[in-house]
Amino acid sequence: MANLSRSDVEHVAHLARLGLSDEELARLEGQLNHIVDQYAALVELDTEHIPPTAQTIELENILRDDVVRPGLKRDEILALAPQRAGDYFVVPPILGEHGN
Amino acid sequence: MTTDLTRLTARAMAAGLRARDFSAVELTTAHLDRMDRTDHALHAWVWWDRDLALGHAREADERFARASDKSTLPALLGIPVALKDLVLTRGDAATAGSAILKGYVSPYDAHISEKLKQAGAVLPGKTNMDEFAMGSSTEYSSYGSTANPWDLERVPGGSSGGSAAAVAAFHAPLSIGTDTGGSIRQPAALTGTVGLKPTYGRVSRYGIVAFASSLDQIGPFARDVRDAAVLLQAIAGRDERDSTSAPIAVPDYLSTLPDSDDEAAAPLRGMRLGLPRQYFVEGMEPGVEAVIREAVAALAAAGAEIVDIDLPHTDYGLATYYIVAPAEASANLARYDGVRYGHSIREPGGDFIADYLATRGSGFGAEVKRRIMLGTYALSAGYYDAYYLKAQKVRTLIKTDFDRAFEQVDALVAPTSPTVAFKFGARLQDPVAMYLSDACTLPVNMAGLPGLSVPCGLSDGLPVGLQLIGGPWDEQKLFELGRAYEAITRDDGWRSLDPRDLPALEDPSTPSPVERAAAVRSAQAATG
Repeated sequence: MANLSRSDVEHVAHLARLGLSDEELARLEGQLNHIVDQYAALVELDTEHIPPTAQTIELENILRDDVVRPGLKRDEILALAPQRAGDYFVVPPILGEHGN
Repeated sequence: MTTDLTRLTARAMAAGLRARDFSAVELTTAHLDRMDRTDHALHAWVWWDRDLALGHAREADERFARASDKSTLPALLGIPVALKDLVLTRGDAATAGSAILKGYVSPYDAHISEKLKQAGAVLPGKTNMDEFAMGSSTEYSSYGSTANPWDLERVPGGSSGGSAAAVAAFHAPLSIGTDTGGSIRQPAALTGTVGLKPTYGRVSRYGIVAFASSLDQIGPFARDVRDAAVLLQAIAGRDERDSTSAPIAVPDYLSTLPDSDDEAAAPLRGMRLGLPRQYFVEGMEPGVEAVIREAVAALAAAGAEIVDIDLPHTDYGLATYYIVAPAEASANLARYDGVRYGHSIREPGGDFIADYLATRGSGFGAEVKRRIMLGTYALSAGYYDAYYLKAQKVRTLIKTDFDRAFEQVDALVAPTSPTVAFKFGARLQDPVAMYLSDACTLPVNMAGLPGLSVPCGLSDGLPVGLQLIGGPWDEQKLFELGRAYEAITRDDGWRSLDPRDLPALEDPSTPSPVERAAAVRSAQAATG
């Protein structure tokens, strides 16, 4: 049986950058344990010598010519920004007294 | 004009446009009028725009008028195509069913949008879907539920439920969906439409909102197999902007899909079809199993050889999928940070972690949060080998099962969904119950294979889908098989039936599925 504690769920929520209410955390604790219990079935399979599959079509080293071509229009992209200053996106400060 | 143009196949619409029996503006107007009359009770669409659609139709009519040789015009010129709300079209909204993308306007066209626009298709708007394509009922849309035209108290399946319902209810002859674990085939089965999940790499994913990048694939909905082939033809092929789109030639699909039923049925003679034992899963409705067995018997009677097949790792598909897909989703959805676009909350004080937590905590819905949590957990330190790496290895075993099967048979036949359409709210309380909706479809995504769902009868008056699974790049074989099945069952009584609640959609007093589903949810919340 999976055993994610409330503090495990809080830790994962922080890693995922999800701000969750107490109610959501409580509900997810039950649901995640229930779902992760289903994963236990995989343990019974011996996969020691099985290679992992990350993609199903065996394409490798797909390259295209390195040529200059028009990109998206700057004003149209910046128009989508929640906060904009001139030609820049406004990002939250990540250095200084609030950074960590 | 006495004919209801919306009832035609896309091919018949194309023929009528070429013969000048009607114009693209008339054809589009007929569809828009039906949407105006009935979408209050269906809610297949997140939005549509009459002027936009009529603009496309007028351009199509001009191309028809200018062309001296109409036979060279694209097959989709002037034909309405509904797009799932995760397909970007320049200058239009695209939300992927999520509140976090409310107000987002696409600055560019998806590859398939470019292809459809060049072909002159009419693109009226975007169809409803489970948020970020995570779900099997369209109930996880941030914009409310969609009803099933066969029974307005039931879901159309999902995640491409709006695209499926739009085609079933004659809002468009064709629509686009995406399929990560069954999101085209399962709603096709539940609405009595045809839906294809192509081979991974057949269609470029450029400009499609990503869910799980090693599984996502784009495909068509239609009301018959040849129409589905016409739409795949228009969108398939290599695009250098998606490095996973394959440099493999796209055949002329219609060339081997004859109009004559006798000719269409001929390839069944001598075809070897595998019946995977493990797809008759626990919890499968007896009525669904009976209809599937009858369909298999019809294929056998028409000359196909039916071979029992073992896909021994099928039972591990669900657990494997619910590690791999959430893991990829948790990485893909990290981009929704409220900085460049979309929903954004900036807390006073400027702590950037607090901003992310608030933006993402308030922008994503419950199922998306659940999947991000699962994926983050499966990828986190100490669990990566036990869960994610293990799942990728089991994925190899699932793929190898299929490889072995295709050494013995030409294609597999199986149920698409173990049940018919379920009622609003029936699977909302237990996420695992919802996940089981895709038990028969998600192994196909794990192996990257094409799968076609075709209607094969009714159980309790609701549609059942027959799933045809092929080897890599075998879409043409699946179309031939699906077309052959249509031909041999052309006289079956269920084929001539309309979706049962089509008349109720026309009634202005019919409640909206948004209201219905919300009432079910609040009743569930009240009883705990």
